[in-house]
Amino acid sequence: MSPLQACLLFSSALFSLGLIAVLVRSNAILVLLGVELMLNAANLNFIAFWRYGPAPAEGHGVVFVVFALAVAAAEAAVGLALVIALHRHQRNVRLGEARRLRG
Amino acid sequence: MTALAAIALLTLAAAAIALALRDLIHSALLLIASWVGIAAFYLWAGAEFVAFAQVLIYVGAISMVVLFAVLLTRPPTGPATREPSGRAVPGFLAGGAVLGLLAGAVLSSPLPAGTGAAPAFGVRELGLKLLGPHAGALLATAALLTVALLGAVVLAAARGKEDAS
Repeated sequence: MSPLQACLLFSSALFSLGLIAVLVRSNAILVLLGVELMLNAANLNFIAFWRYGPAPAEGHGVVFVVFALAVAAAEAAVGLALVIALHRHQRNVRLGEARRLRG
Repeated sequence: MTALAAIALLTLAAAAIALALRDLIHSALLLIASWVGIAAFYLWAGAEFVAFAQVLIYVGAISMVVLFAVLLTRPPTGPATREPSGRAVPGFLAGGAVLGLLAGAVLSSPLPAGTGAAPAFGVRELGLKLLGPHAGALLATAALLTVALLGAVVLAAARGKEDAS
C-alpha cells in the first residue's frame, strides 16, 4: 500500500465517521460536528493529492485547503447560530422535534 | 508510515469516541483532540501553514464556539438525551457501505506512487500564490466571511415578538 492510499483510507474512515454521526445522532450540535468531520476529511484528500500528486510545486491543494478552512469557519459560525436560534424557538436542539415547517 | 498510522489511529479513535458519547461537553473536548490529530497529519505531509491554520481555526476558534453553543443550549434537566433507536442500524449500515465503497475504490485505483521527498512549497510560495493569481478569490472569501459572521450575529441575537418574555 502506497502512502497516498494510506492517506486516502484515513480520510475515507474519517468521512464515514462523520456520515454515521450525521445519520444517527439527533442533537443538532453533534450533527454539525459530523459535517465538520466530513469537511476535514475532504481537506485531508486535498493535502494528500497535493503531496503525492504530479505537480506539488504548484500548490493547488494547499491553496484550496486554505480557502476551504475559511469557508468552514463561516459555516460553523452560521450553523451554531442556527442551533441557538432553534433552541430559542423550541427549548431544545433535538432535530426530530424541529418540524414547524412541515406541511 | 508508522507516524501516519499513529496519527490516523489517534484521530479516528478520538472522533469515534467523541461522536458516540452522551455528554456533549466531552464530545467537544474529544473532537478538539481529533482536530489536533488532523493538524498533525498536515504537519506530517509538509503543509505547515495549513497545520497552523487548522490549529488556530478549529482548535482555537470553532471549539470555543461549539463549547459556548453546548452551554447555551444545554437542557436544564441534565444532558441525558436518549437517541431514537430506529435510526442507528440504517445509519451504521449506510456509513459502513460508504466506507467500503471508498476503500474499495482507493485500493483498486491506479494512483500515482509519489516521490518520497517533501515538496518545496512553503509559506512564501503560498503567499505569492494567494496574493497573485488567487487575489480575487481571497477578497471574495473575506467578503463571504464578513457577511457570514454578521448573519450569525443577527441569527443568534434576534429577538422575535413571540419570545420577548
